[in-house]
This record gives sequence, structure tokens and C-alpha cells, in this order.
Amino acid sequence: MKRYSAFAIAREALRYHSGWERAWGNPEPKKRYDVIVVGAGGHGLATAFYLGKNFGITNVAVIEKGWLGGGNTGRNTTIIRSNYLQDPSAAIYEKSRSLYETMSQDLNMNVMFSPRGVIMLAQTHHEVRGYQRTAHANALQGVDTTFIGPQEVKRLVPIINIEGPHYPVLGGLWQARAGTARHDAVAWGYARACTDMGMDIIQNCAVEGVETEGGQVRAVNTSKGRIECGKLALVVAGHSSDLAEMAGFRLPIESVALQALVSEPIKPCMDVVVMANTVHGYMSQSDKGEMVIGGGTDGFNNYTQRGSFHHIEETVRALVETFPIISRLKMLRQWGGIVDMTGDRSPIISKTPVGGIYVNCGWGTGGFKAIPGSGWAMAELVAKDAPGPLAAAFGMERFREGRFIDESVAAGVAH
Amino acid sequence: MLILTCPYCGVEADETELAPGGEAHLKRATVGDSDEAFEAYLFARENPKGVHFERWRHAYGCGKWFLAARHTVTLEVYGTYPAQTPEPPKDIIAAVKKRLPDWEGRG
Repeated sequence: MKRYSAFAIAREALRYHSGWERAWGNPEPKKRYDVIVVGAGGHGLATAFYLGKNFGITNVAVIEKGWLGGGNTGRNTTIIRSNYLQDPSAAIYEKSRSLYETMSQDLNMNVMFSPRGVIMLAQTHHEVRGYQRTAHANALQGVDTTFIGPQEVKRLVPIINIEGPHYPVLGGLWQARAGTARHDAVAWGYARACTDMGMDIIQNCAVEGVETEGGQVRAVNTSKGRIECGKLALVVAGHSSDLAEMAGFRLPIESVALQALVSEPIKPCMDVVVMANTVHGYMSQSDKGEMVIGGGTDGFNNYTQRGSFHHIEETVRALVETFPIISRLKMLRQWGGIVDMTGDRSPIISKTPVGGIYVNCGWGTGGFKAIPGSGWAMAELVAKDAPGPLAAAFGMERFREGRFIDESVAAGVAH
Repeated sequence: MLILTCPYCGVEADETELAPGGEAHLKRATVGDSDEAFEAYLFARENPKGVHFERWRHAYGCGKWFLAARHTVTLEVYGTYPAQTPEPPKDIIAAVKKRLPDWEGRG
């Protein structure tokens, strides 16, 4: 595949842009693949990419019920950070954040990674203590974060009101190397790189059944027919329980809707990401000028991909108190995605009761930031049939052993 | 907005008045049970893309816990019933089957 470059733009400009190639193919499925990855979202595509790049496994199909990157990869608020409390989380999220730094070069696709910095506001004394503890933990883990006071928050975010009547800003956890990236470009970049390695990305191909024999996976039955596989990687976020049911096991997962919204575009007014977990809201400004706002999850199981009005009201009410200048902004769009919540709010990268089937799920409300690290760790698990150092702690046997990776206190809703 | 009828006080309550409580009819693991039984009770969930039997509390009303049968994709509610019901009652099952003749029951 021809590389994207400044030279390529000049070359194509001289010939009326007639030489651009398709970035990824639209193949019919082959009879058999060494590995089938179910789910062409960020995590699934990254899994396929690192299977090829790190392990030389390229007889791979990524099959997708809908369209490429059309699930949570296209529905998140694009925040990338790694300021987690527990060591296993910090390790995989920091690996992921560092891979984002070189992703545009690695994929030869501009993913517009913008390390603009993320502040997580401390608005109660409990949060101040919690984030100071996280900052100390991060120092030991080699993750560069600092706890900053309210005046420093105000200097970084001039539009913030640090003296709100309900929840004054008492400080914040600041990660300068955190930021955002263009979510669609991440999916497209991986899809293009996977196609370049000879992998098949098969869209509009829903899995309807999983065929096993003697406790070992044999094939998947799809809307495009039966496809045999040596190994099967299920990377389908909110729909993981459904696929696990087809394969004959149950997961410690519950699916709920998480929603986000964006405002009309306005002039640049905030060049960092601000998260306010006490009031369940977070906000950043896109390159187009829209204020991108994320809220809380619905409390009950559902697969509706739409969200609910009262959560928007709660989120916007809290953010208006924190950012008074947004009070008259009109909201342009609102949408929901189905997120997969585990009991300890940490992900699952694991072998399963069925031989040759692996799951990567449970990223809950914070999967986008983890895409490259998750793919890296999942590819190692699939290739070696054993987890590497990044994935070892995230096996689902931890729920039986009582060995939780408890991030719910530190990160609550806004993972 | 999701609206459920509280089987105790009869009020039609929308979701802002209610607190969700997760999957219903779980069988509690107890002393002497295996680690697998405890794991299944505490963490493994049916999480169906379809009919879900679940616990709710009329938190800003009468305060009682009750159970509901609801579709997780359409949010259609098939009925609510008291919390002290070990299995889904016949009339709730009938209400589900009336709308979904192919439904095969709880997984």
C-alpha cells in the first residue's frame, strides 16, 4: 500500500487526486483463518494489528456486525490518560498512552493525538485525599502526574469557576502528557495497516453462533456463512455477554448505556481536558470548536445506544456551575454507547472455559484510551495462549479468587 | 423515559424516582459452597440482549424493593411484581410470551 506523506499529497495534487488507493478492502470471507477477531472497533483492530506486527500472524479476519469503528470507538469523548491508582491498571494504560504518542508514525495515518493535558478536579475533601494518593501511586509507577492547587487549575483553565456554591474546586490531578486523539482515525489507521498486512476486514458480518468440538473452538457461523478458525478473539465491549452465551459461558459483565453530547462550535476557550467526577461530567473542546461533554451511565442494564434526558440534565447542570460561560450554548448532538461494566470496574483480558477462545472486554466507560495497550496485550495472549506481563492481572479468574483491581473508588464514573 | 408501576403502592414511577438493583432471582451462595458458586452468585450475570428480570427500589416513593421484567433493547416493560417472589410469576411469563412467542425463558 502506498504511504501517506506530504510528497504523496503533492503528487496527487498534480494528477487530480486520481491515484489514492482504497484504505481497506471489502473481501468475502475465506473458508478458514488462523485467528478470527470479532469486533472491528479500536480494540479488535489493535489486537489484529499487533498479532501481525509483534507475532507475524497475518492469516487473520476481523469480522464486524455493523461498520468499522461504528460502536464505542465512534461514540466516546476521545480522552487518553493513564493516571490510575492500581499498578496493573497504570501499567497497561501508560503503555497505551505511550503507544498513542507514536501511533501516527506507526500506522502512517494522522490520528491527531493531542497531548494537551487532563485535569481531574477534586471538588470534595475526599477527592483531594484520593487524588493525592493517586499522584503518589503514579510517582511510584513512573506515571508523570501532579496534584495541583485551585489557583493552578484556574491558570490552566481560565473559564473555570473555582468558587462554585455546591462544589468549589479544591485542586486537581494533572497529567500533562494526557490528551485526546481523533477516534475515527484510530480505527481507520488500524484497518488500513491490517489490510496492508494481508488481513481481511469483513463488515456487515454478524456472528450468529460459535461452533466448538471437545471444548475447543472450531468455527463461527455468521450472516456471511461458516468460517473456520484456529483461535477466536471476542472483542465486542457491551455485546460480550451475548457472544459468551453463544460460546457457552457466562461473564462477570453488565451492559449499560453511557452517553455524550456536543455543543455548537465556539471559538477556542479551553485547551485542556477537564473531568469532574463528583458531579459526573467532563468536557474538552474539539478542533472544530465544539465542547465535547461526557456524562454518567444509566443505572440499569440496557442495549439501547441512546441514553436518557435526566442524565443530560444532571451533567449539564453540574458543568454550568463549573463553567458559567457555557450556560447559553446550544447542544448540537447527543448519542449513547453500550459499555461493559465489570464488578471491579477493571477490564478482562483472559482465556475462557473454551479452548482457543479469548475475551477482551470490561473496559467500561474508559476504553478509547486503552486501545493500543489493550491490543498489544490481547495479541500476546492470543499468540502465546498465555497472558504476558500486561494482561496477567486481568484474567477473569480474579473474580473467583477475590483478587480485584479496584479502580471504582479512584475513578468512579469517568474512567 | 422508563416508567415502572410499583406493585406495592401502585404509583407509576419514572426512572428518576427509582433505584436500579441489578439482576433478580439470583441464588445466594452460602457457607460450604464452592468458590465457583460464590463467583457465580456475586459476579456472573446473564446480561441478556432481551428479556431481563431485575430488582428495583421505589427509592423516592414508598421505599419498597420490587422486581420487574423488561426488554433491554426496546425497554418494553412486561410487568412488575413483589420482591418476595422466588421465580418469575406465571402472568409475567405469559405477558412476555404474548409479545415474544419464541422466547425460551431465562438462560
